[in-house]
Amino acid sequence: MNDVPLLQIDDLAVTFETRGGKVEAVRNVSFQLKKGEALAIVGESGSGKSVTSYATMRILDRNGTVAGGRITFGGMDLTTASEAAMSDLRGRELSMIFQDPRSALNPIRTVGRQIEDVLLRHSQATRHDMRAKAIEMLRKVKIARPEERYHAYPFELSGGMCQRVVIAIALACDPQLLIADEPTTGLDVTTQKAVMDLADDLRRQSNLSLLLITHDLGLAATYCDRIVVMERGRIVEAAEARTLFAAPRHPYTRRLIAAMPRRSAGLRDLLPPGDTKRAPPTRPAIAAEPLLVVDKLTKTFGPKLGLPGRLFGKSEAPAPAVDRLSFILHRGESLGLVGESGCGKSTTSSMIMRLLDPTAGQIVFHGERIDQIPRARFASSPLRARMQMVFQDHTASLNPRFTARRSIADPILRLGRRRDRRSLDQRVAELAEKVSLPPELLDRFPHQLSGGQKARVGIARAIALSPDLLILDEPTAALDVSVQAVVLNLLADLRAEMGLSYLFISHDLEVVRLLCDRVIVMRAGVMVEEGLTGEVLTHPRADYTRELIDAIPSIEPDSALPNAPVTDDPAAGVPAAPVR
Amino acid sequence: MSRISLVAGRIALSLPTIFGVIVISFLLTRALPGDPAAYFAGPTATPESIAEIRHSLGLDRSLPVQFLAYLQDLATGDLGRSISTGQSVLSDLLTRLPASLELTFLALLISLLVAIPAGILAATRPDGIVDQATRFLVTAGVSLPTFFTGLLLLFIFYFKLGWAPSPLGRLDILYLPPPQLTGFYLVDSLLAGDFETFRAALAQLALPAITLALFTMAPIARMTRAAMIAALGSEYIRTARAAGLSRRKVLFVYALRNALLPVVTTLGMVFSFALGANVLVEKVFAWPGIGSYAVDALISSDYAAVQGFVLTMALLFVTLNLLIDILYTLLDPRIAHES
Repeated sequence: MNDVPLLQIDDLAVTFETRGGKVEAVRNVSFQLKKGEALAIVGESGSGKSVTSYATMRILDRNGTVAGGRITFGGMDLTTASEAAMSDLRGRELSMIFQDPRSALNPIRTVGRQIEDVLLRHSQATRHDMRAKAIEMLRKVKIARPEERYHAYPFELSGGMCQRVVIAIALACDPQLLIADEPTTGLDVTTQKAVMDLADDLRRQSNLSLLLITHDLGLAATYCDRIVVMERGRIVEAAEARTLFAAPRHPYTRRLIAAMPRRSAGLRDLLPPGDTKRAPPTRPAIAAEPLLVVDKLTKTFGPKLGLPGRLFGKSEAPAPAVDRLSFILHRGESLGLVGESGCGKSTTSSMIMRLLDPTAGQIVFHGERIDQIPRARFASSPLRARMQMVFQDHTASLNPRFTARRSIADPILRLGRRRDRRSLDQRVAELAEKVSLPPELLDRFPHQLSGGQKARVGIARAIALSPDLLILDEPTAALDVSVQAVVLNLLADLRAEMGLSYLFISHDLEVVRLLCDRVIVMRAGVMVEEGLTGEVLTHPRADYTRELIDAIPSIEPDSALPNAPVTDDPAAGVPAAPVR
Repeated sequence: MSRISLVAGRIALSLPTIFGVIVISFLLTRALPGDPAAYFAGPTATPESIAEIRHSLGLDRSLPVQFLAYLQDLATGDLGRSISTGQSVLSDLLTRLPASLELTFLALLISLLVAIPAGILAATRPDGIVDQATRFLVTAGVSLPTFFTGLLLLFIFYFKLGWAPSPLGRLDILYLPPPQLTGFYLVDSLLAGDFETFRAALAQLALPAITLALFTMAPIARMTRAAMIAALGSEYIRTARAAGLSRRKVLFVYALRNALLPVVTTLGMVFSFALGANVLVEKVFAWPGIGSYAVDALISSDYAAVQGFVLTMALLFVTLNLLIDILYTLLDPRIAHES
């Protein structure tokens, strides 16, 4: 390894011109990256980690400028380099991969052509051999049947495969530095592991340097040698990965590590040190009587055919999205429903909420067959008020023209009996207090609230009618870890206080471990395993459960190691690309 | 589903639309005020002669029977006879339709050639000079009525400057129309190798086409600008930039091809606006197209002519939308997948 750093950033400052004046997004940022080294920049949203990487690539938005400092790459100052020189470097010397691989690819150009574009641009191929080289790149990123996939459009590939294609584009010209900006956020854990292992392999093969931008400490710990922690535009700590987790020096790093759901921590351990809540949350008594019984629930989505499809297409019976799923949820119990995207967990919750009609099977709630109530009539059924839902996307699930107060009052106005203004206001204030939402925020609109505050509004709205059952669909997946820690604790306290039952849908086993008594693991619409959370997580019986647990990147030393054999995408064979 | 079966399905779906149009055009003309039998019989007619004419026109039969007879006539290509011109409606339309289409197509061509580059330039530098100029042109284009723009252009280029020939039809009386092949004078004169006539036809076409183009430019330029801004801000453009692709490639291959999708959709709408605006432009420039024909027919309660016009326009729209849909399917690989 060479001692001269490949990338050196000194005292970088980036400002953005906004309507409210100049905003300093990044300041005093300095670090260096050696050849072949893997460095992670870790931080929560707004920490400036992505801005730093965009500034390095010089692809900041039009309103952003490097206000000070130097970025030296292989002896060249990138902040003063001409645009033509930068454009030559990008893709050839420094490459970047992004979050949400599907939208990072041109939707109407075949993936093969997109790889060729880069090869041609940097004279790494001619018109004669570009096709062979593009297919070779697809093979290198372990895409099965590369000759066929060369002709595929991004929408014909799974998310994991799209990210492999993005990696192929980034590495096609053999660069020296790869910047990965949240490369696996939004991908399933097993896909995340496959993609990251692949990137790690390729990195080691060609002595590539990696700059990983992530919010996930576990991911950083697993794949990087050194970690830089950023908070609000500044670097608060930089250290070797091992040292950082063993002895974090900065209080922010300590808070961040503490807030990460992990094997050795309880729910209260996640809270920042100053928090007064230390006693473990009490669990409500679990009644013997079942609250919700789901029996052989099945949902098959019919082939969507319009008139032309019926006239000219051929129909084939698709596999059921949910296949004979049965479980019982007792009063006061918290049940986790875990699985990767497409496993049928959200379809299940939609059927229980009666947003979707089941194809077969029964749903019994409070002793009544709710699957037999017509979908349109269920909204006005008294049972409808007994179950409520909290959604993953806290912004999209709030009406942008409603204040927080109006949003929380909404179910009361629609389903409750309380009508007069005074008692309504009083009830909303009570609910806000229950979810620790400061009363002065009640008159704000969603865009004026932070992610955590919007989550609280969503939860307050869900408990407004004192329901018995809350269906929580990935309620913390979009939140920063420190906010997630607080929201999870809030949910645990609410459940104890109000005797609620939870159906908690998540892809994150660590979060489920903290909040659920029992867990169901689903895969491709079928229940793979069911049991007490502690048992399932420590002694999984199904291989799939073990695979899920092993794929969780962890900061703890006993965890699974990377560089397990890289397998192709689990979903690789599914949306078989129609080859033209 | 393959693209071919998708296109076939789309064509099948347009058949009920066409039938619906036939029904509506039939009923619409029956509902219009005025009695064609009385009109036909002339001012000195007696009630008996009117009744006789009514009988000979088949107007005394019940509506369903009339409709069936109408369908039968349509199947043989008989659109009836125009009361005012005395010609068969089909031949009237066939001579006048090319005049209108030539005008509309040239106007759309001009407007695409101006609006798309303007939209692209405006999107690459929002609030720059080109953007401001485009905004001005676009606002003027939509807010001024076409007959006014037409008269204004005539005032300047014909009356004041004398650059344009007198606005009296498709060709100056000094020239003979070129031998008819397509009915488009520009194309026919070129095919005949008669550049003199081509120049004369173009001179006549220029002002009305520009008038119409000014009107159709606005939605195209706006949509191109908006779609380009959206495309340029998208994540695949960021990826393309991060891969070092040239500015040219990013702009034209990555952004523009994606941005053209909504523009193509808009084009269908714009074409129908243009056909509507044709009526006024044709009146101002004494253009012998189907728009002015339809207005005259409507005023004189000339059913068969109005019916024929409505039907022709509807078929044009259906065909056009079909073409746009097919074009869209070819441009966007995702369409075949979604359905």
